[in-house]
Amino acid sequence: MVTASETNAVLPTADLQRLLDALSAKGYRVIGPMVREGSVVWETIRRVPDLPIGRRDQQEPGRYRVEQTGSSEIFGVVHGPQSLKPFVFAPREPLLQIERSKDGFTTSPILPEPDKVAIIGARACDLAGLAIQDRIFLNDTYRDPYYAARREGLFVIAVNCTRSLQTCFCASMDTGPRAKTGFDLALTEVDDRFLIEAGSEAGRDLLSGLSLPPASEDLAGEATRRIEACARNQVRQLDCSRLPHALYEAHEHPRWDEVAGRCLACTNCTMVCPTCFCHTVEETPDLSHQHSAHPRLWDSCFTQQHGYIHGKNIRPTIKDRYRMWLTHKLASWIDQFGTSGCVGCGRCITWCPVGIDLTEELPALLAPGVQPSIASQQMDNA
Amino acid sequence: MANPYVIHPATIVEKIQEAEDINTYRLQLVDEEARRQFRFKAGQFNMVYLFGVGEVAISIVSDPDGPEVLDHTIRTVGRVTKAIADLQPGETLGIRGPFGEGWPLEEAKGRHVVIVTGGLGCAPVVGAIEYIFRRRAQYGSIKILHGVKTPHDLLYRERFDHWRRAPDTEVLLTSDQPDKTWSYHIGVVTELFEHVTNDPAKSIVLMCGPEIMMRLGVPILLRQGIPATAVYVSLERHMECGIGLCGHCQMGPYFLCKDGPVMRYDRVERWLGRTGV
Amino acid sequence: MSKPEAQRQRPRLAVFKFASCDGCQLSILNLEEDLLAVGQALDLAYFPEASSDMKAGPYDIALVEGSITTAEDAHRILAVRQQTKVLITIGACATAGGIQALRNWADVEAFKQAVYPSPEYIQSLSTSTPISEHVHVDYELWGCPIDKHQLLRVITDLVVGVQPRLPGDSVCLECKRRGNVCVLVAKGIPCLGPVTRTGCGAICPGMGRDCYGCFGPSEGERKGPGLPPNTASLATRFHRELQLIPAEVVRRFRGINGYVSPFRAESETWGNKA
Repeated sequence: MVTASETNAVLPTADLQRLLDALSAKGYRVIGPMVREGSVVWETIRRVPDLPIGRRDQQEPGRYRVEQTGSSEIFGVVHGPQSLKPFVFAPREPLLQIERSKDGFTTSPILPEPDKVAIIGARACDLAGLAIQDRIFLNDTYRDPYYAARREGLFVIAVNCTRSLQTCFCASMDTGPRAKTGFDLALTEVDDRFLIEAGSEAGRDLLSGLSLPPASEDLAGEATRRIEACARNQVRQLDCSRLPHALYEAHEHPRWDEVAGRCLACTNCTMVCPTCFCHTVEETPDLSHQHSAHPRLWDSCFTQQHGYIHGKNIRPTIKDRYRMWLTHKLASWIDQFGTSGCVGCGRCITWCPVGIDLTEELPALLAPGVQPSIASQQMDNA
Repeated sequence: MANPYVIHPATIVEKIQEAEDINTYRLQLVDEEARRQFRFKAGQFNMVYLFGVGEVAISIVSDPDGPEVLDHTIRTVGRVTKAIADLQPGETLGIRGPFGEGWPLEEAKGRHVVIVTGGLGCAPVVGAIEYIFRRRAQYGSIKILHGVKTPHDLLYRERFDHWRRAPDTEVLLTSDQPDKTWSYHIGVVTELFEHVTNDPAKSIVLMCGPEIMMRLGVPILLRQGIPATAVYVSLERHMECGIGLCGHCQMGPYFLCKDGPVMRYDRVERWLGRTGV
Repeated sequence: MSKPEAQRQRPRLAVFKFASCDGCQLSILNLEEDLLAVGQALDLAYFPEASSDMKAGPYDIALVEGSITTAEDAHRILAVRQQTKVLITIGACATAGGIQALRNWADVEAFKQAVYPSPEYIQSLSTSTPISEHVHVDYELWGCPIDKHQLLRVITDLVVGVQPRLPGDSVCLECKRRGNVCVLVAKGIPCLGPVTRTGCGAICPGMGRDCYGCFGPSEGERKGPGLPPNTASLATRFHRELQLIPAEVVRRFRGINGYVSPFRAESETWGNKA
């Protein structure tokens, strides 16, 4: 049993650099949100001013903007396009180096170099996504050694959300806005102070090294009030109580045609999803055909190749592909892994170039089907 | 735990042309230790690799009691299989495997075995038939029903003739586009389903071939009293990793590379024939 | 297949130019040190832009740059096809008619009169058409210009007789793999990435600007209803939310690959609204 004084503390926001320095001293490369090209992206953070101080993100279907607020708020931006996924399930992971030899060829695995990475600013939904990917890549029939190598060096500093985006629905998915497990440290920004809590042995170790005063009950209470208010403020929700079966039953629902009229099959929703794990393997020989690399790359159920089977495609249409994605994400995922594949982060809504919103699509698909009206058919043809 | 992505070189010791666009490759793992350790069950598959081109999932055709050579019957249809078609004995392929769930040959003991295949679907059951014949006394009667489009599509002709002569074994072949040389049934394989067994409660069905054959054929078998839990089908989807991680081989909630390719019919019934699944 | 180098005869390569800017041929020369390896793997039998030593056909592989804009070229491409085993178009001009296919919606005679002091010397067809409208094309390399790495991969496969992989995925797939921020969502720029074929490395969005579709439509010519690329939905987004007027939507789709069917159909739909 750990006492409260060891698991939580108060850190003035002005002293955040001490935390960054402590991480660096332990050999971590610190990664955090940084503004780039109109969004925040994960970048190496050396100094507190690298963080998006005094900014907030506004997200809505198909739209993302970062705004200046003029405040001294450090973690006002909720999230950017990527969750923690790229740090563990790399977008491009070389698997093997293959060399021609007298016996044909030899293969050598290329495991990623051990890298101590501390990520500051992960949200509860990101941690929920990480837990799901751990379940898939580490705790299924086969353990993925590449994911495992990247995962091992990861130190996560979560930031509890005290502000919801229009696109957030983690409260209804029971994944946030408070980070419950899976973090080493968690921060809650309350005006000019952080409530800082440890969630792991490594986190407690780091926290005790900072020699901070314990948090007052007032601070802890205020943090909780703000997190709870954040949950209440969420305007979107997803009711998964009838899943998976209701969505399996909706396979012939006319709504699939309607959404397929808008869907671009561009793969963006799957690329930003914290849990999507599909990948493809490429073989890339050099011109002399003596050496070949064998990387895996993020793939998507929206690509043509995904449904390929001897010479034909079992999912040629956009409707087939959108239905595959949503049915897997919200329904068959439950049968496969005992959890929904959705963590309620809302990224697929924001980063869809045409703003398709699964929190609108699911209720429509679960409602009794009617043939699309003539007006909406004309819209599809517009 | 071993890295499941590592590919083991295997020499082509024999190449048998089965049809114009179908070859069987007899492979032997180059590494002696790997060869000694390789064990598989009938119905499992390997990821077969060609240097510089890539991998493709192919079921193991040969007898699981002789795992030192591994037969793979490959139809020339895609990018990788076209490149493999040009290879000759002495050249090298690679193998990762074996992967997936094979045929329920333990469960089938003491039962009559009905084997239904269509086209190249006969390949994944060859190993199962060999396994059963090696333990003939432990099984009831055997009935093998195999349908092909044209007589040219009939592979393993000698094997079928050999099985036909075995005791308490019936082999029925059918073609729906026969020529003058065809001396067997005419029509699609489901037409042979009229009376597959006298003892449906003690029968087990192993089926492999086009999904339409399963969709239309299995209900006929169920009507004869064979329980849905005694019908097993071998299914196929695009596979890249073989270990349930790449996401391509899903059928409903199943990853066919690790939950299948052999699936009990009652588990997949609702997914068969669904568009886009 | 995949035989060691010494056992193979080097395939003979030819490079032909039709109506084009030479940029795609320059991409071959820009292979730099890889060009030496290409020279070892292939016999560069005919490549006037690189060498005055021009050997006669037949050729194993022909790379064809440029579109057909003259009667003479329409005839010449037939001869190229006849002496070539594998014909590959390189670039938007050869594959889709190029930017010069804008003439297909215009009056070429009027252009001649306006531009040339002696228009009677200009013998030109009224259209610019892709090579595939004249002869069978085995593989198409898109881009303006082509991507040299993609070219190298195609050559690498062909020298051992393997069918090259030319994925039709959208630019977005590669754009997100590279960690770029979406310019359409984050800046409201009308990017064509969602309906454009990958292969370029998503270089334009990587520089913070919009994709203008130089790799042509994702998944190629739309083969039926409900198949990608969904140009109609993207165009509607451009118009309604990004506030492009119909004439601007037309210009988005009527660019370097404006004549290829999914883009052509979309620009014509919005042309009728303009």
